[in-house]
Amino acid sequence: MRQLRWPYWLGVLLVAATLLLLPFALSAIGTAWVRITNLAILFVFLALGLNIVVGMAGLLDLGYVAFYAVGAYTWALLASPHFDVHWPAWAILPLGAALACVAGVLLGAPTLRLRGDYLAIVTLGFGEIVRIFLNNLSAPFNITNGPKGITRIDGLSLAGIQFNASETFLGIPFTAPIKYYYVLLILLLVILIINLRLADSRIGRAWVAIREDEIAAKACGIDTRNVKLLAFAMGASFGGIAGGMFAAIQGFVSPESFVLNESIMILAMVVLGGMGNVWGVIAGAMLLSFVPELLRYTVEPIQRALFGRMLIEPEVLRMLIFGAALVLTMRFRPAGLWPEKRHKQEMSVAS
Amino acid sequence: MNSVLLEARKLTKRFGGVIALKSVSLTIHRGEIYGLIGPNGAGKTTFFNVITGLYACDEGEVWLAGERLDLSRPHRVAAAGIARTFQNVRLFANMTALENVMVGRHAKGRAGVISAILRTRGERGEEAAMRAKAMELLRYVGIERRAYDLAGHLSYGDQRRLEIARALALEPKLLALDEPAAGMNATETEALRQLIEGLNRDGLTVLLIEHDMRFVMGLCHRIAVLDYGEKIAEGAPAEISRDARVIEAYLGQGAACP
Repeated sequence: MRQLRWPYWLGVLLVAATLLLLPFALSAIGTAWVRITNLAILFVFLALGLNIVVGMAGLLDLGYVAFYAVGAYTWALLASPHFDVHWPAWAILPLGAALACVAGVLLGAPTLRLRGDYLAIVTLGFGEIVRIFLNNLSAPFNITNGPKGITRIDGLSLAGIQFNASETFLGIPFTAPIKYYYVLLILLLVILIINLRLADSRIGRAWVAIREDEIAAKACGIDTRNVKLLAFAMGASFGGIAGGMFAAIQGFVSPESFVLNESIMILAMVVLGGMGNVWGVIAGAMLLSFVPELLRYTVEPIQRALFGRMLIEPEVLRMLIFGAALVLTMRFRPAGLWPEKRHKQEMSVAS
Repeated sequence: MNSVLLEARKLTKRFGGVIALKSVSLTIHRGEIYGLIGPNGAGKTTFFNVITGLYACDEGEVWLAGERLDLSRPHRVAAAGIARTFQNVRLFANMTALENVMVGRHAKGRAGVISAILRTRGERGEEAAMRAKAMELLRYVGIERRAYDLAGHLSYGDQRRLEIARALALEPKLLALDEPAAGMNATETEALRQLIEGLNRDGLTVLLIEHDMRFVMGLCHRIAVLDYGEKIAEGAPAEISRDARVIEAYLGQGAACP
């Protein structure tokens, strides 16, 4: 066992303190930034989930946003005036994860023999099917309320705390986004630990083995069918959790939030960060969540200051910079910004 | 105990109109080194792929230690006791040598997702045992110094050794080696011979495909010869090297005539 010395614990303490105080620092800049951070954390969940499927098991999934949708609609339907049911969060969040898990297996089962491009096409279709269903399941029975989406969704309430309401505790004002931030932080910690542990386990190694060489993996006695389904199921359940929290935080869901573009964005986070490496994927998700927002807030003032008027719409510039950044990354760091190194260092210290 | 370890009964494999294996039967006894030779395209690797379940065979069955193998599930064949290597080394290039061997031990473990997430005592014990066993196997094949290097960064000879270590991790009843000496220099081949002989001395049954005749003749106890998907001869190395059909298959018609 490796000895953990005081610089390590000091570092942990510093990171923890920063994370705990962050929302207050952010709300000093602008309340919107706390909300942006919360969405960024949700994207970290999604990217970590997709990382299991794409990064570890090497199964290219272009319809991942479907599981996000399943989680979000589970929450939206079971905790809103739409059906007038208001289930408690401790029941819906796990249920959303479980339903997403089932959806993952449903997608995984027929696609077991597919790889690469072919799998990508089928998963892309699956993502679209889910979205189209959500769009059209409003007649003859109104289940999803179609493109209008579901509004006035209950927020999270746990142990008597209403997360949608602001309150003052010990003289410190806690707004709704700040309260959600802490919930997401705890969830993030749990999901992170799950990912790190899975990556370094018998199943995690089997996933990577399938990615590296499926035939050799079979010859090693790995039941590739079950292990692949497990990857789909695990990845999907993280998407379900992210979806549930998304519905609770936004209070509104509609099919528009679950378009192909979102799947591509999540995939870009995984690829940009470094497929297979949990830390790289987190960095990728953070980067791709924050940089566009930063641009949104800086592009307009800068242009006005320089030219006295707006020449390029922030949205246009955003996509331009985004595309260029991806191309440059793939050219100079094809394995991602922070590629997987199969914890070589850590283990040589241990021996 | 019955001395027959592996029995292939009338295996036939067709690829479209081509018959890659034509009713091939052979029997491998416990404790022997059995060689499978034949000209290029004779069906040797097809035979390997059929008995390990990677190709679905059209006819025939395979019995291992008195049990019929379910050839439709390669991982079951592996768990039942046939471990193999590949003609063109197939390692998990982006995993360390140690992890490669640990993957080879997958079928010996039971830990699932839940116990991995909770890091239960059982899971930790299994991981530690797996790691120790993998390390021991790396030492056995002589590459423990490279344990934490990525498999893709190993030299060719070491990659071959690693592949054998990974196969041994299954604790197989039968070790099937597909051209283990291919691409090796004389020193590496000699070291490989000693490794295989050592394994055999420790009680392991070995089936090998090889092109290097001197290597096969010196190492194997019995040899089968395949030609155009048919078994044309079987016997001790000395008999095989005198067999007229074998010489014809290798050197062409007329060569067997004095």
